[in-house]
Amino acid sequence: MTTFLQQLVNGLSLGSIYALIALGYTMVYGVLRLINFAHGDVYMVGAYVGYYLSRRLQGLGPSITSALLVMLGSMLICALFGVLIERLAYRPVRREARLTLLITAIGVSLFIENVAQLVFGPDPKFFPSLAPHADFLVAGVRLTSEQITVIVVSLLLMLLLRFFIMKTRTGKAMRAVSFSLDAAKLMGISTDRIIAVTFALGSALAAAAGVLIGMQIPKIAPDMGIIYGLKAFVAAVLGGIGSIPGAVLGGLLIGMSEVMVVGYLSSAYRDAIAFGILILVLILRPQGLLGRVQKEKV
Amino acid sequence: MKGLLVAAAVCAGLFVLNALFVGALVPGVAMPPYFLQVLCLAGINITLAVSLNLINGFTGQFSIGHAGFMAIGAYASAYFTVTAGDRLRAILGFLPSALQESAVLLSALSIGALLAAVAGFFVGVPSLRLRGDYLAIVTLGFGEIIRVVIESLDAVGGARGFAGIPKLANFFWIYLFAAATILVVYRIVHSSFGRTLVAIREDEVAAEAMGVHTTRAKVISFVVSSAMAGVAGGLFAHYLMYIHPKSFTFLRSFEIIIMIVIGGLGSISGSVLGAVLFIGLTEGLRQFAQYRMVLFSLLLIVLMIVRPQGILGHKEFVTFLTKRRRSIGGAPGTQEGA
Repeated sequence: MTTFLQQLVNGLSLGSIYALIALGYTMVYGVLRLINFAHGDVYMVGAYVGYYLSRRLQGLGPSITSALLVMLGSMLICALFGVLIERLAYRPVRREARLTLLITAIGVSLFIENVAQLVFGPDPKFFPSLAPHADFLVAGVRLTSEQITVIVVSLLLMLLLRFFIMKTRTGKAMRAVSFSLDAAKLMGISTDRIIAVTFALGSALAAAAGVLIGMQIPKIAPDMGIIYGLKAFVAAVLGGIGSIPGAVLGGLLIGMSEVMVVGYLSSAYRDAIAFGILILVLILRPQGLLGRVQKEKV
Repeated sequence: MKGLLVAAAVCAGLFVLNALFVGALVPGVAMPPYFLQVLCLAGINITLAVSLNLINGFTGQFSIGHAGFMAIGAYASAYFTVTAGDRLRAILGFLPSALQESAVLLSALSIGALLAAVAGFFVGVPSLRLRGDYLAIVTLGFGEIIRVVIESLDAVGGARGFAGIPKLANFFWIYLFAAATILVVYRIVHSSFGRTLVAIREDEVAAEAMGVHTTRAKVISFVVSSAMAGVAGGLFAHYLMYIHPKSFTFLRSFEIIIMIVIGGLGSISGSVLGAVLFIGLTEGLRQFAQYRMVLFSLLLIVLMIVRPQGILGHKEFVTFLTKRRRSIGGAPGTQEGA
């Protein structure tokens, strides 16, 4: 039972990371109907920006303030990075066939990965510890301060996002664009601006996930975005692509099932389980757990 | 009759070229081994690119897991040759040894193609019922699953790789299958079934309204494409004599996509051109190896912005040069989006 609870906690913290990344996929898919392959790489860049920022701040010693500064800095830089990607690569091809957009996204992803290998070096780097470390024992379950941080920070960010989308004018416009881009445009919404905001938000969340994973598993590498990005995408599909609560639910479920499979079966299946789930979802419930069936109109 | 003659001529031509390249025809004249190897790898890439173009270019369904099917073909055929090859040779003992070797290679390749086709069926059925994007992710995930499975299979070497495969494939076989792939894809595309595929690419809803069983057509196209990737994998294994799960990651799938996108989605000669260009650039830029993928990815992005249909677009090379307007299926697919 204790082992199970321990796995549950581990799954929750890994799942929060997937959920944060999945939110970016689902939001971009909502407004552009694009699988943003480069999203996983934005997450990787977020981790690296966090790494370099925390190296700068290391003189201050591990403290909550420096951890907060690193996280906010990385989120800000990646938000700009995400907007830049959209502006330079996606906007010129937005009117083309969807396949063109998809190929562009693959190109952007490959480009970021390979430039990252040149800039950051192909070897993994080790994240310096940002915040003071502590272990807590609750009912026989070991909770590290990093795990608690991951869970609390992700929860906070998700609540903020929900507030933004449901309560602000820009959030309302985002919902309108994701409902119908053309109709939103006819109603006088500046769709270009909303798409940019969506990319900024998604990229900031991915950067937060990158810093959080850096704090938890202190090893970061230029190719880390691929597998995390793919699993987060599976999470978004599992929850129902385009649905924001779905992305969170999907992320948590994927995290949980991965941890359980590794804990009880074999770590060899770590990367295969997510895709097994994906194939099952596509057969049984292609619209995802919380997604709506979208009728194709001609 | 005419077709048979052409086939015989192609076979004879390849046979003579092969003999010339390895130095068996004219004493003292042979192709440097390095160039021969590059040429052979280009041939395998042509097979991969042309077969992927059937599903990505002509059917308009975006698969990015071609390396997974290649891996199945490579491992299945290599496993057959290593375990059952000698038994087959013993049964065919009355034949000359060259024919025995050919029989082993052909059986191995058929098994590789068959297994890759079966895998293509099981991957294709759930994902091809849905809209295009899902196929991309499922095939990518499938490729990873295949790699994980192979790494945990000790019978084929697992993560150590599979060594000791006899070198049965050579220039002749590789280009024979490249020619066969081109022929099969050409014949499919120019048949009524090919028109069906192009109709699905251009407008799936309209095709369905015209009575096309879209899922069935897409699955058939996908299975054929997977089987050809399996053959390419088998040739790859029997040419390099060593295969490793790392040879079949999604990076290889992306390479094949780059080839067909550069050449033109929906153009057979474009795929050939793309494959040759890709190999040529890769080998030519060997001393700048770390910038290679940066260059290719940038090329991909710029190409999408400037000329999304690729170099040849939907046209074939001959029509590209002579008639500027005619192409299979008319104008390149444009989507609503407006």
